[in-house]
Amino acid sequence: MKLEEKITWRIGGESGQGQQLAGLTLGRTCLASGLFCFVSSKFASRLRGGLAINQVSISNKPVKAISKQIDISFALSQLALESCQKDMSDNSLIFYDVNRVKKIVKNTDKIRYIPLPLSELVNKANLDSSVYNFLILGISAFLFNLDISLLKKEIQNGLNGNGLVKKNKEAAEIGWEYAKELKINRFSYKTNTKLNKKIILTGNEAVAKGVIIANCKFYSSYPMTPSSSILHILAKLAKGSKIIVNHPEDEIAAINMAIGASWAGARSMVGTSGGGFALMTEGLGLAAMSETPLVVIESQRPGPATGMATWTEQGDLQYLAKTGHGDFHRIILAPADVEESFYFTILAFDLADIYQIPVFILLDKYVSESHQVISEFKLNNIKINRGKLLTNSQLAKIKDYKRYSLTKDGVSPRSLPGQKNGIFLANGNEHNQYGFSIDGFKKSDREEQMQKRQMKIKDILKDLPKPVLFGPNNANLTLIGWGSTKGIILESLKTLNQNSNRVNYIHIPAPFPLDAKALSGLLNNAKKIVVVENNYIGQMADLMQETLGQKFEHRLNKYDGRQFFPEEIIQKIKKYEK
Amino acid sequence: MMVGSFFQRRLSKRLKNMKNNYIELNKSTWCPGCSNFNIQAALVSAFSELKLKSHEIAMFYDIGCAGNACNLYKTYGFHGLHGRVIPLAAGAKLVNDKLTTVCLAGDGGAYGEGIGHLIEASRNNFNITLIVSNNRLYSLTAGQASPTSKKGTKTKSTPYGVNKNALNPLLIALSADASFVARGYAYEIKHLSEIFKQAIKHNGFSLIDVIQPCITLDKKNTKEWYDKKIYKLDKNWPNKDKNKALIKVQEWDECIPIGIFFQEE
Repeated sequence: MKLEEKITWRIGGESGQGQQLAGLTLGRTCLASGLFCFVSSKFASRLRGGLAINQVSISNKPVKAISKQIDISFALSQLALESCQKDMSDNSLIFYDVNRVKKIVKNTDKIRYIPLPLSELVNKANLDSSVYNFLILGISAFLFNLDISLLKKEIQNGLNGNGLVKKNKEAAEIGWEYAKELKINRFSYKTNTKLNKKIILTGNEAVAKGVIIANCKFYSSYPMTPSSSILHILAKLAKGSKIIVNHPEDEIAAINMAIGASWAGARSMVGTSGGGFALMTEGLGLAAMSETPLVVIESQRPGPATGMATWTEQGDLQYLAKTGHGDFHRIILAPADVEESFYFTILAFDLADIYQIPVFILLDKYVSESHQVISEFKLNNIKINRGKLLTNSQLAKIKDYKRYSLTKDGVSPRSLPGQKNGIFLANGNEHNQYGFSIDGFKKSDREEQMQKRQMKIKDILKDLPKPVLFGPNNANLTLIGWGSTKGIILESLKTLNQNSNRVNYIHIPAPFPLDAKALSGLLNNAKKIVVVENNYIGQMADLMQETLGQKFEHRLNKYDGRQFFPEEIIQKIKKYEK
Repeated sequence: MMVGSFFQRRLSKRLKNMKNNYIELNKSTWCPGCSNFNIQAALVSAFSELKLKSHEIAMFYDIGCAGNACNLYKTYGFHGLHGRVIPLAAGAKLVNDKLTTVCLAGDGGAYGEGIGHLIEASRNNFNITLIVSNNRLYSLTAGQASPTSKKGTKTKSTPYGVNKNALNPLLIALSADASFVARGYAYEIKHLSEIFKQAIKHNGFSLIDVIQPCITLDKKNTKEWYDKKIYKLDKNWPNKDKNKALIKVQEWDECIPIGIFFQEE
């Protein structure tokens, strides 16, 4: 077999059998071998039982999305087997645990079923069922023609010197030897080792790296899937990076603490998912009214209410764009992948500081928790812009400092508590230029302050990442998307445009506020438009209709808790091409 | 009689020549004669005696009459959301420990909407001072029941009387491990100011519940009513003994003790 395009591997079983660790270890071994991959997990909100899956797409070229079609599948339970059969490619392999899979209904002869006597294999070596996942990795490493010593090194790294390393390495070797006897052709591939240094990480890990590089000094978060791992990573880094990481009593405290910390001078951020943000909404208004910079990470899962905790959706766009009483500006950046998760996090802090407004980083479970191999981040060009922060000497020259002074761009220079001559009142009540909300408030003060805050929009639009067109300039069909659908659509374009330039794609990196001018410029050439979104209603399509005054009637939506697969896009847009 | 504004004017005049002036001369929203002016006098006097620099003080204001003090102080300040003054202050203090951090709230914000934060501040021992103007009513919203209203009290929101028991905030704070728990009386300004001084100096979370009768809406629990009941804790009160404090803070009906019940070393 040749690994020319992409191979997709899957392991499925019950929660607690170590599928996620197996997928990640495979991903890391691919990285060490000079390959690209995309590691995606799917599991229920439980610690044991159920169905938990990890899927890895591997290629010698960058992989932007997880594929639906599986080439090699390991089934540790009956359910795991049945749930993968329909997605198997031609000439694919399913390995199954002979003790757990009792019945196989074969619908096609294109799949080869290979029984795995897992318990027999581990018993012989005096090991137990806890090493099944690593035994499977040994088999996989053999089939993928990976160096077993690289796999063993990654097992060591992944388990971080813990006592299980030895028996898991042993299990990998057993798997490797077992695979030899199976006489299955191994995959062959070429890698380009000259490429830049590469790393493997999740969207959440990239956000955490961005937080440190942006010099954020305060992170508070009440745990909520899929944002929690940002809290875990930063909590570990807190001491070394001198960032205060805090898990408070609730989301309300989290956002108010972050606003207080930001007011006191630290770049500050909160992290949550939609349900947690619902509790933060009042705080959002406080940040806006007091013009205190604030960055909010919101990683989406399907709602409303508790919804589907461990699944993915793009259902919170309209909510974040519109939430909060009163009129005020906020920015929403939607990183599409691991790389953007890093760079947009840094950008978010700059924008919050420059415009003194709340900025969202809107992720979803798919980006937050999928691992991707990418080139190492470029740190050379990163410059931090803290906006209009007054220095002590600037303050000394000001006779009558007004925190909310009226300026041409609506942004007033800011002092920080502790600075001499900069005393002011930050206020959630409407206020005058000093920040006071005095009795007998003047109508003109309200109007002036409102206009001042609203005025920022002109410059905000200039600073936001612009919509980008991918693929041919002229195409019969134009797809539009935002956030995590980007990689999936770009993967599908490779196939769609193989023989002719059929389809192009407009990606919107900053969904709110929408830059109508930039967007309509790109739409001018479009013949037929389909808006692709991981939600029911088509929230971006609605937002564009509202902003552009143009109808977006063709909408491709998915709302079953899973992201799109490139294969689905290819299949489902066929009807629009007619 | 404009007792309040008179107080304010007199104080500002006196403090005008001082190195640090903590008073802003904005018009107040408080009723003439409101004892919140007394609390301000006590606090400003504590600042002054502690020789604090006004730009190194960070004050956090809740929503309500107490929080409306935001326009009256010449220090760094943040007028936040109802009930959320503690997390707002804690966030600021965590990133800049040099700030003297004082929160002003009423019983509605501190003990109603924000009670969870009070417990958390006690557990965390955040190095902040919370001063609660406790008039046992929601006064700015024109007189509804508060968490400290006595059971049976008839208010606008409870025309047939409050049907639940009053909450004892000091008991809650103590049981959540607050390291400084005190009660003051708005009409004992010197005594109150001394408590404020100790609280600000205290390295950790300090709660001062200040009995502050609402002169406009409370015709029953008036100054005259409290004057008869209030007494100061003995000079030798063992304020390191938490068990004694736990009992003492529950004294209310016949006589009401004020002073520092408990301070952890």
